[in-house]
Amino acid sequence: MSAAIADGRVMAGRYLRHVVRAPEEIVIYFSLPIMFVLVFGYVFGSGMSVPGGGGYREFLIPGVFVMTMLYGIGATATGIAVDVGRGVLDRFRSMPMARSALITGRVTADLARALLETSVLVVCGLLVGWRWHLGLGNVLAAIGLLLLLRLSLSCVGVALGLSTPNADTVSMIVFPLAFPLSAVSNVFVAPELMPGWLGTVSEWNPISATTTALRDLFGNPGLGSDSWPAEHALLLAVAWPVALIAVFGPLSVRLYRRLGQ
Amino acid sequence: MASGLHKRYRGGQGATALDGFDLEVPAGIVHGLLGPNGAGKTTAVRVLSTLLGFDAGRAEVAGADVSRQPGLVRERIALAGQYAAVDELLSGRQNLVLFGRLHHLRPRDARTRADELLERFGLTDAAGRSAKDYSGGMRRRLDLAASLIRRPQVLFLDEPTTGLDPRSRNQVWDAVRGLVADGTTVLLTTQYLEEADQLAGRISVVDAGRVVAEGSPDELKSALGADRLEVVIRDGALLGDAAAVLTRITGAPPHIDPDQRRLRVPLLKDRVETLTATVRAMQEAGITVADIGLHRPTLDEAFLHLTARHPADRPPAPPAPPRPPTAAGSTPLAGYSPSTASSPAPSASSPSSSASPSQSVSPSSSASSSSEVAA
Ligand SMILES: Nc1ncnc2c1ncn2[C@@H]1O[C@H](COP(=O)(O)OP(=O)(O)O)[C@@H](O)[C@H]1O
Ligand SMILES: [Mg+2]
Repeated sequence: MSAAIADGRVMAGRYLRHVVRAPEEIVIYFSLPIMFVLVFGYVFGSGMSVPGGGGYREFLIPGVFVMTMLYGIGATATGIAVDVGRGVLDRFRSMPMARSALITGRVTADLARALLETSVLVVCGLLVGWRWHLGLGNVLAAIGLLLLLRLSLSCVGVALGLSTPNADTVSMIVFPLAFPLSAVSNVFVAPELMPGWLGTVSEWNPISATTTALRDLFGNPGLGSDSWPAEHALLLAVAWPVALIAVFGPLSVRLYRRLGQ
Repeated sequence: MASGLHKRYRGGQGATALDGFDLEVPAGIVHGLLGPNGAGKTTAVRVLSTLLGFDAGRAEVAGADVSRQPGLVRERIALAGQYAAVDELLSGRQNLVLFGRLHHLRPRDARTRADELLERFGLTDAAGRSAKDYSGGMRRRLDLAASLIRRPQVLFLDEPTTGLDPRSRNQVWDAVRGLVADGTTVLLTTQYLEEADQLAGRISVVDAGRVVAEGSPDELKSALGADRLEVVIRDGALLGDAAAVLTRITGAPPHIDPDQRRLRVPLLKDRVETLTATVRAMQEAGITVADIGLHRPTLDEAFLHLTARHPADRPPAPPAPPRPPTAAGSTPLAGYSPSTASSPAPSASSPSSSASPSQSVSPSSSASSSSEVAA
């Protein structure tokens, strides 16, 4: 067991070293949320009003945090798919190391990346006028929710990376998967403004749940909706990731085992 | 090492890659697995190195059962694949340290070992560069270095020189020879006859998922038949006379190829004496000899002979014609597809082409063969 943890740590170190040695990748992942802040915060945002009152950028930033976690699926899946496609996975699997280490290492490294990404975004947010209003404890709780979400999405990413034949396919799958999830959510506009069923999807979307929970925790302007998912956002922000982990964690392990069939 | 292995890939056409694969490798030698593309070499290596499950049979590597004690097997083996299995983003040194750590070396020991191996494989100067910037030969050497972190008992090398330039290939060969000198058992797959001839003490010829012949390179060559004496005469009208001379000297009627004005006869002993006697006798009989020589079958010929008629799903091929000796060397067998092997050549068939290949060399599979330990 302790050997498995040690191997997982070594493997996490490997993935973090990738970030240092090939920083382009993380820069690309950053450019997307920053672009969203700029485009929506400044171009469209001036024409938008927040139902509950308050600045649009204060409303937007928590959603951008969440979206950044979502798009991290791409990094996870690509990293795993590259490993599977190259011979290096064969070397790992022919060595007397814990077989779980690839997955635990990737997930651990993803959480470290998520912390780094969140810190950068906090600074960006502060620069464009976003603030938290309800104390440091709430901020920590919010970061906890973000990490939990990223953990679950990391499991999804590992499963995706293991089930696609190569790294190029990954990006073709991730974007069409992640974009609707972020667009049909309450990150940019209130679900009430969407046509009927789309609004319902948007309200129940895990992205919406964590976004609403974050707005509540930061004291940022929200949508003031009184629907069930909006009222119980904190519960959903925990339940959704836990459910995703319960499904995609074991699935990832199964897919990983199947590589040897 | 393996007995009666069967492996069928799932999905797709569900190719049967191993079909009763038997192999025994004595410790401390380089054992070559020689076979054309798609013969099942990689599959065999992946099964034996615990990367791939198998459907039937038994396999034991370095004293451990592959399906029941895969962890133990992994403790004792190392693998260097057809594609360099290194982390492209990390530097050469970071790669070796990483693998050392995953072998549970302490951080300092992992670094020391990494530096030793970089030195040994001439990579010290490139140690800090990303592996993706390495040349093909450097990457292959890094890959080999990575397999040697823990001095494995058994090393699997899957086509370690495919695609390398001759200089890099020689470097890899030297490294392999050095390993065996250290007491490691090496199972080497290759489609290059020259490579098997150069490195391997024993060779198993693999075709269509099973071992069709086994022996030392020399045994495989002589499996094809004895040396033979070939005489080409100037005047085709005298072929009958020449045949009579050869029959008198060697005691066996020669094979006659009228188009080439060539006579060919197997020689079992007194090779040089027979040659000189023939020259003299032809002179005395007034027959002008255009060319005369002793020919030993090449490994190419042995290989083609062994694989050309084996698989049931191939069209029945005539006995493989011997290839001209110039074809020997590093020609990849990929080029010698069954169709090449079965295309009728103008020259005559070799004297022993009627003998069954698996009879003429020590058969590798027998009912009693159980798995045996290497190293
Ligand atoms: N992953 C795979 N899935 C399905 N069939 C495969 C797979 N890998 C190899 N094969 C098939 O198995 C046979 C043996 O392949 P392989 O072991 O790679 O041969 P070699 O290494 O001797 O070229 C071939 O017919 C090949 O097409
Ligand atoms: Mg192969």
